[in-house]
Amino acid sequence: MSIINVGMAELHALNHPGVLVTLGLGSCVGIALYDRKSRVIGLAHIMLPSSTNIKKNDNEAKFADTAIVELLNSMYKLGAYKGNITAKLAGGAQMFSFNNSSDIMKIGERNVIATKEKLKELGITIMAEDTGENFGRTIEFYSEDGSLRIKRLGHDTRII
Amino acid sequence: MDRVDFKKLSSFQIDAVKEVGNIGAGNAATALSKLMKKKISMYVPNVRIMEFKDISNMLENAEKPVVGILIKILGDLPGYILFILEYETADLFLRNLSENNSIQMGVSENRFMFSEFDLSALKEVGNILAGSYLAALSLLTGLNIYTSVPGIAIDMAGSILSFPAIELSKICNNVLYIETGFYEGTNKIKGDLILIPALEAYEVLLKALGAGIE
Repeated sequence: MSIINVGMAELHALNHPGVLVTLGLGSCVGIALYDRKSRVIGLAHIMLPSSTNIKKNDNEAKFADTAIVELLNSMYKLGAYKGNITAKLAGGAQMFSFNNSSDIMKIGERNVIATKEKLKELGITIMAEDTGENFGRTIEFYSEDGSLRIKRLGHDTRII
Repeated sequence: MDRVDFKKLSSFQIDAVKEVGNIGAGNAATALSKLMKKKISMYVPNVRIMEFKDISNMLENAEKPVVGILIKILGDLPGYILFILEYETADLFLRNLSENNSIQMGVSENRFMFSEFDLSALKEVGNILAGSYLAALSLLTGLNIYTSVPGIAIDMAGSILSFPAIELSKICNNVLYIETGFYEGTNKIKGDLILIPALEAYEVLLKALGAGIE
């Protein structure tokens, strides 16, 4: 069974059996896609909501909009079919609270909103999510049943 | 500022950046020693040029619980300064600070529960350290530097370290963290001061150091 770590601004897809892991997810969002028939799974670790109006946009995995498209393509190559794919989301926390809440401080929230918009546009259903709040998360995504295990420091572990 | 690519910095420029860490963190270590009434030493600074995927693991373990104090740098040298303390160190600091006071600070029994008062004291420690780091930098370069009010988070190291990179990710595919570890001989004080200049700060910084980009 392959266990692959997906770092910031990276994305990976794999065939069953396998686990995709991201450690210490903060304001970034982990987008976990699962094909329930072929059990192909994919995980993207995005940092920013959108690739438009961004100077350095050559890495698709960095942005919610481009990462989802790229991740789907990687999954199709492994035999996934769009009609079977559903999504789960984790992350998008507000790690630091400052008095003046500028744009960048709300980046977690903006990442989650952009991710949901793109999934909706593509017609992919979001089955569950553990997003927002002010804590980091470690996520493990299992091809076995598409479950997403979320470890949170000082909070209970959740499986969605 | 497309002209600055971290991977294209010359070794002379990297040395200049490292010296910034040396002078800044040295001054901060002195301030911390005075504050804690203990001799705090520092390691040689590391200039870490990393891809985003490597940031979470830059300090041992991405899931390690730490206290992170983040301060935004404003003025001529925009960026962030991040102060990372191991949980035990933060607790020790608080106990040390409240030694001769009526208020007892720091709690070890319930690992993730600091009081509001504790958090505020830790932020102030971060403030003092960042202030002394940047004061040395300002003196060295003649640049006008000031800071925001600190923000604090107690969480996994990876979640905290990744935050300052997000802003940088709009304009580059790698980041440069100037990381200086500090420690105290006998006790268990362990932490890191990390300077993360914004991309637009490099040209100014290197020019002020006489290692400008042509």
